[in-house]
Amino acid sequence: MGDFLHNVGLWIAYYWEQLRVWLLDATDPVHKFALMLVVMVVFALVMGGILYFVGGSRRMPRWAVLAGFVGPALLALGFGLVYPAVRTMWSSLYDRTSTNYVGFDNYVQAFTQNEFQLVLRNTLIWVVLVPLLSTGIGLMYAVLVDRTRFERVAKTLVFLPMAISMVGASIIWKFVYDYRAYALNPDGSEQNPQIGLLNQMIVWLRRALDGLGIHTGLEPQQILLNAPSNTLFLIIVMVWIQTGFAMTVLSASIKAIPADIVEAARLDGLHGVKMFRYITIPSIRPAMVVVITTIAMATLKVFDVVRTMTGGNFRTSVVANEFYTQSFRQGNTGLGAALAVILFVMVIPIVFYNVRQMRLSEEIR
Amino acid sequence: MTEQIPLEKSDQLVVTEGTTLNNVAATRIAKLSRSSVARARLASPWGSLLAIVIAIIWTVPTFGLLLTSFRPEADINSTGWWNVLSHPSFTLSNYNEALFGSTTNLANYFVNSVVITLPAVVIPISLALLAAYAFAWIEFRGKGILFVAVFALQIVPIQVTLIPLLTSYVNLKLAGSFWTIWLSHSMFALPLAIFLLHNFMKDIPPSLIEAARIDGAGHVQIFFRILLPLLTPAIASFAIFQFLWVWNDLLVALTFAGGTPNVAPLTVRIAELSGTLGARWYLLSAGAFISMVIPVIVFLGLQRYFVRGLLAGSVKG
Repeated sequence: MGDFLHNVGLWIAYYWEQLRVWLLDATDPVHKFALMLVVMVVFALVMGGILYFVGGSRRMPRWAVLAGFVGPALLALGFGLVYPAVRTMWSSLYDRTSTNYVGFDNYVQAFTQNEFQLVLRNTLIWVVLVPLLSTGIGLMYAVLVDRTRFERVAKTLVFLPMAISMVGASIIWKFVYDYRAYALNPDGSEQNPQIGLLNQMIVWLRRALDGLGIHTGLEPQQILLNAPSNTLFLIIVMVWIQTGFAMTVLSASIKAIPADIVEAARLDGLHGVKMFRYITIPSIRPAMVVVITTIAMATLKVFDVVRTMTGGNFRTSVVANEFYTQSFRQGNTGLGAALAVILFVMVIPIVFYNVRQMRLSEEIR
Repeated sequence: MTEQIPLEKSDQLVVTEGTTLNNVAATRIAKLSRSSVARARLASPWGSLLAIVIAIIWTVPTFGLLLTSFRPEADINSTGWWNVLSHPSFTLSNYNEALFGSTTNLANYFVNSVVITLPAVVIPISLALLAAYAFAWIEFRGKGILFVAVFALQIVPIQVTLIPLLTSYVNLKLAGSFWTIWLSHSMFALPLAIFLLHNFMKDIPPSLIEAARIDGAGHVQIFFRILLPLLTPAIASFAIFQFLWVWNDLLVALTFAGGTPNVAPLTVRIAELSGTLGARWYLLSAGAFISMVIPVIVFLGLQRYFVRGLLAGSVKG
């Protein structure tokens, strides 16, 4: 009897281990897809089970119904957001291995050491420039293509970068910025023709000016290596990504300006730029605030672009990237946590402004 | 009070999920009137020229890389893509090598991307549907505060959560498996998903629910017979956002699967190749488009449906 139970125990342990391995280590595509399907089906069954079990019976006490409906989500939020956030704030007060309490040393380091001051300065530049440029260009474009024949296509073209990953966008622009050393053959042709468009444009400009007798000596640049301008060239990528969002929202709110207001203004003799200045802008101001703050929040957390294009090297790092580098590359948990908390704190005022503006615009309406 | 925040407001406050979600706001505003006119156009040749210049800047970089991805390696390295007319030769071998070559092996990562994305879309939506239903249609003490708390969690940047989460996964022996990414994306999506779905649910006329209750329907019947059909457009639009967000994500995947080729998605691999392959543009260009093709198809294909869904969902009862 004892042997039998022992064997059953072994048997269960064996199959449990098999199942565990199957669930965790999927290596070939068939296994992966099978795992994906199993997970989705099991999850659906569990959720359906909860729904039927607690929601299906009218005699079920209310607390049980609530626990079944809200419980899983609250557990997930507690495990995935609340607990880790508190834990990170805690470990930002500890040293790099989370063993010794160091008070605010990590924050002091982040705000006083040169390399991190540079990171903060870069982040500030990003957060100012990206929202302003994206919103400005997006608004201009929305106004320019509004009610033209090509509106739909024109908008899709600018909006498409929103659909692709920031990694993809970074590769696209990295190619634009590609650099080849500039050297001429004896016959005057280039030894290494540029394959990056931007540097080719520099070469074209040089040739054109040479043709006019102006010898500038312009040469292709290592665009991503030359600080501090490289940060601006990274910012261009983010602007390129975000403009579509600004354009779409602002275009929609331009179309929502009541026709009678526009008509009245026109009767008063407003046209073109003046109409834009005195009617369009004030009417869409709430939408603009929302767009600017939303892009600012996304920009604060920008990571993919910097990571993919320069890896944060050549003085281009920003807080979100430095967080990653310190936490996962340098193994400095304390400083990484402090940078994450700094990011958190920086987001909060923007969120409040965003919410307040929306409240205000609601009241006006 | 707070659980009745109007739709327009809710959609604009999108904090953690990246900005794609804000198209919700855009289309919402658009619903007001397509016909009402604000002709503030700076109608001049200069204006048109400016629009064309912007359109070119937003298109040419992508077009250049796309063209490059179909050129033979030797051509890519010897001439810029604008010379394609003097060297008109095209090939698919870049794609072949990027997908199946041993240096890149992107087919494997493509599978990973798919395997990561589908559950990471389905799981948060189901969890959020249940929670949103309770917040919208079941009265209980502390509901207001709890809902505000969930809403407020949107402002937590995911960076703040990553290290402790990684530790938790290691303790649970999940590290290096798909579960870490599924769970992470699901949890991060919840605040916004609950918030949006709750608002859509609140828009369904209470009389409809009341009538069903009087007829003896329980939560399950109400949920499946009445709410789910009405919510389909809202669910579909959130699903598309979440799909794009997960497929395009780099940070979460890099953190939890950075060193695991069996799990890492395309974005992680491409970002890595961008550093290591440097000048091998024949592989990078093809790789970039392999990672982009699915989101672009989803986006272009479902754009209209998605807008219609939003319009349907936002019509107040």
